Amino acid sequence: MRIAGRGFNRSARAVTFTFDGQSYTGRAGDTLAAALLANDVRHVARSFKYHRPRGVLTAGSEEPNALVTVGVGPKQDPNIRATTLEIYDGLAARSQNAWPSLKHDAMAINDLLSPFLSAGFYYKTFMWPKSFWEKLYEPVIRHAAGLGALSGETNQDTYEKAFAHCDVLIIGAGPAGIMAALTAARAGADVILADEGTAFGGRLLCETYDVNGRAGEEWAAQQLARLSDMENVRIMTRTTVTGAYDQGTFAALETVGSRNPHAPKECFWRIVAKRSILCAGALERPIAFPNNDRPGIMLASAVRSYLNRFGVAPGEAVTIFANNDDAHRTALDLIDAGVTVACVIDSRTDAVALGDYRLVAGGQVIATKGRHGLTSITVRDANGTHDIQTDCLAMSGGWNPTVHLTCHMNARPTWSDDILSFVPTDGSIPNMLVAGAARGVFSTLGCLADGIAVAQDTIRELGLTAPQIDTPTAEDSAYRIEPLWQVDGKGRKWLDFQNDVHVKDIALAVQENFRSVEHMKRYTTQGMATDQGKNSNVVALAVLADATGRGIPETGTTTFRPPYVPVAIAAMGAGSQGHGFAPERHTTSHKATLDRGAPMMEAGLWYRPSYFPKPHETTWLEACNREVAMVRNHVGICDVSTLGKIDIAGPDAAAFLDFVYCNTFSTLKENRVRYGLMLREDGHVMDDGTTARLGANHYVMTTTTAAAGQVMKHLDWVSQALRPDLDVRVASVTEQWAQFAVAGPKARDLLNSVLDRPIDDENWPFMSCGSVDIAGVQGRLFRISFSGEHAYEIAVPSRYGASLFRLLTAQAEAMDGGPYGMEALNVLRIEKGFITHGEIHGRVTASDIGFGRMVSQKKDCIGNAMSQRPGLLDPEREQLVGLKPVEITGKLTAGAHLFVDGADAVSENDQGYVTSVCYSPTLGHDLAQAFLKDGPNRHGDHILLVDHLRDVQTLCEVCHPVFFDPTGGLARG
Amino acid sequence: MRLPCPLCGDRDRREFYYQGHAVMLERPLRDAGANAWDDYLHNRDNPAGETRDLWHHEAGCGAWIVVTRNTVTHEVLGAILAENAKKTGAQA
Ligand SMILES: [Zn+2]
Repeated sequence: MRIAGRGFNRSARAVTFTFDGQSYTGRAGDTLAAALLANDVRHVARSFKYHRPRGVLTAGSEEPNALVTVGVGPKQDPNIRATTLEIYDGLAARSQNAWPSLKHDAMAINDLLSPFLSAGFYYKTFMWPKSFWEKLYEPVIRHAAGLGALSGETNQDTYEKAFAHCDVLIIGAGPAGIMAALTAARAGADVILADEGTAFGGRLLCETYDVNGRAGEEWAAQQLARLSDMENVRIMTRTTVTGAYDQGTFAALETVGSRNPHAPKECFWRIVAKRSILCAGALERPIAFPNNDRPGIMLASAVRSYLNRFGVAPGEAVTIFANNDDAHRTALDLIDAGVTVACVIDSRTDAVALGDYRLVAGGQVIATKGRHGLTSITVRDANGTHDIQTDCLAMSGGWNPTVHLTCHMNARPTWSDDILSFVPTDGSIPNMLVAGAARGVFSTLGCLADGIAVAQDTIRELGLTAPQIDTPTAEDSAYRIEPLWQVDGKGRKWLDFQNDVHVKDIALAVQENFRSVEHMKRYTTQGMATDQGKNSNVVALAVLADATGRGIPETGTTTFRPPYVPVAIAAMGAGSQGHGFAPERHTTSHKATLDRGAPMMEAGLWYRPSYFPKPHETTWLEACNREVAMVRNHVGICDVSTLGKIDIAGPDAAAFLDFVYCNTFSTLKENRVRYGLMLREDGHVMDDGTTARLGANHYVMTTTTAAAGQVMKHLDWVSQALRPDLDVRVASVTEQWAQFAVAGPKARDLLNSVLDRPIDDENWPFMSCGSVDIAGVQGRLFRISFSGEHAYEIAVPSRYGASLFRLLTAQAEAMDGGPYGMEALNVLRIEKGFITHGEIHGRVTASDIGFGRMVSQKKDCIGNAMSQRPGLLDPEREQLVGLKPVEITGKLTAGAHLFVDGADAVSENDQGYVTSVCYSPTLGHDLAQAFLKDGPNRHGDHILLVDHLRDVQTLCEVCHPVFFDPTGGLARG
Repeated sequence: MRLPCPLCGDRDRREFYYQGHAVMLERPLRDAGANAWDDYLHNRDNPAGETRDLWHHEAGCGAWIVVTRNTVTHEVLGAILAENAKKTGAQA
């Protein structure tokens, strides 16, 4: 019910929204919970396990009950707290966990079955028979228990991520946070002031307190305006700091655009602060009395929030049940607003009324009535029991400081007998101090003064001068409380409203010897829901302490972990979907390649063409076979820029290469290229490639595409950390040069059609290199071959790459050639027995791939010592061979294993495995590269290829790995 | 987490590649024997407290650095270039 003229948004415009399809009107600035209560909607949810009717419990982000789903289809967003969701025109919210409707929920039967569904029930009840678990129990439980659901469709909302740095991060903008921010900002520090609310002021927005003689919320707005005018202050509203991490790093979630469809929905911040001040306030806790979960029963602080901030009375005849003075103010505020206060029940026998209302001192609520909403309570005091008609019960078991962030780095809070709750332990988070209610200072004046004092300490730690700030005037009432955790009586006394845990569940855990707090938590699921038990954990600990005969300090707390509030994975991963998942590297021929309709494949971060389809071709294999034949018979062009290119220069460049390669490069003549094999220090092969000597002290190394980053890192390592004595510099130039293979019998003819000066075999023999000019552009030419054909690679500065690719492909096409892709490249290299990282997979040695003699024993090199281990030289090791099918149509598959024909195809009999396969159009059958035990001595033997996954068995002949042009005459000719 | 690159200043941990303990700077001689090489390559302490380890500023200047940090408190206590650690035996 709305109270005319009340609430800070009393003159705001009307907003229309729906809940479960019914249309309602609220005020701009209302939360969904406030707007529903204004429309007398008390029953807003069904509980997780027992499907009990539930209403709004709190007015903040700690809400366990009032969770709703917003949006449909890909935009469906479940488990939104109605207590923080701001209403907007067109908002359509739906209740969760109820079918067919909130009021008539078929699963409410669970509540009647509750004796069978007690804590730990799924560990016991459904143990037998085993097969029933998967088929019957689990599906039924999953259907019955739950929160809101995702749509199953790809999320289409946009999220952002952002980073910020500051001197002082102040978390929470209540009285303490505002004064801390003013103090730190006046000292000249860079300040970030973050608060999860839509406005600043904390409890000042929900109470009727004055500060400096002004209404609290007006004072807060005035201070906010002052802070906003300061250039060294960043104000972050609707921003919840969710976690505290190493080195002053904090995570924060900002709600940006739930009301604006054009803005990102949320922004996930990483904030780095030299110092932080936690001013997160405190949360009120319930009392565990029988049936304390009916809609209409809420926290006293929430009743004041709805009344004072939103002008909403959550009931017509309100009762209050508390163990402390603070809750009595609820009665005063209600009376002032003209709402009937039916009774205040205070468990303390010496409680006194603060105003004109009926007080039952030494009383307790022992029963409640009302199926879908509270209708009456039963009160017991020294005179007996009596019923009171009421539709709203405001309860308060005291306040818990919001210590969560101080525990995110493994610290535990300290019990305080003064406030009967936990307070932060000093030094829990490096460079964080805590001020105000978050450390148990509960009066407004106390919070204002504490904010100033703690900020002054912080400023001094930063080496700045702390300004003197006058403390505003405000109330300074004492916090008077006596312990009251649970009330005796018949019926379930709920603790964790979201996970449906009640007092008896904890007794059961203790009975079953789950007495440690961590065990009790797992057994009962207390505190394990999306609210992480913010309201209920301390009460549950007190109940556990009581049940085990220990004190609360000895009982201890469970671990507080980030995030403080639920954070959508979409927010944490903002920007990392689709194209944002990983950087994309494009070669200079990328556009021309796409223009030719080539499907692209990923090679690390690079995109490379699979093949270049012709209009009449219907399969990739057709295109691939054509491209292979084109290279073998005419000429082909392939962009090989993705191979790593590393420039190595300096007087000791040759010595450096001798140290990183297992073979020798100091003996390489200038203008010549050599194949090099690089080992890891453990003696296995790291990478291979060619290195060209461009000058006496200047080399350019190529690496495989896959290992380019690893090799660069390795060369940095060797040059800086192992051999700083060598005068050499290494630099990656992969991006600086566009490089194209020109391969096939007509390769030289093609090059001579584009080079400024023609080349010939005498001056450009196989494995030579040097400088060439193309249309006046200086480039580099390397006569090397990865196809076995007469071939070159030509490199130009990247800015000329696109035009050179077009020129080369146009010339090639005039000679019956053209571009070829990765599929053809793969076939060409398998036919020729060249290896890739399919073969150099990390467990092979130089001798495994037939290069054992390349490991020079005349010098030390990386991997030399360990490559000589007996186990790595064992002739029984699996070594590289070629395979071809005995029947010409036989299929070969990569990943298959090899067995002696007739042996059982089981791992004990494994003889080796297949690494690469292709169909060779040149030879007319499948080919494979494989590793086979003692392979080089088994050429000509038959071996059975078995692929259990694809259900293939093919009898193969073991061959030399070079199938095509074994003498290498074509590349040299 | 941020690491203090001696060349670039404080940088986000995601710019760095982690290698392992700085003992990798002490490469044995080629003929030091199997035990020395086994130790060098495979055997590491697992200290609770201060440790020195190697990081590569991969997405930055390319420097290999030796970082001193505490495995219990996660404090980062300093960093020097691996090149200098090697040349002078300096401690971060
Ligand atoms: Zn750096």
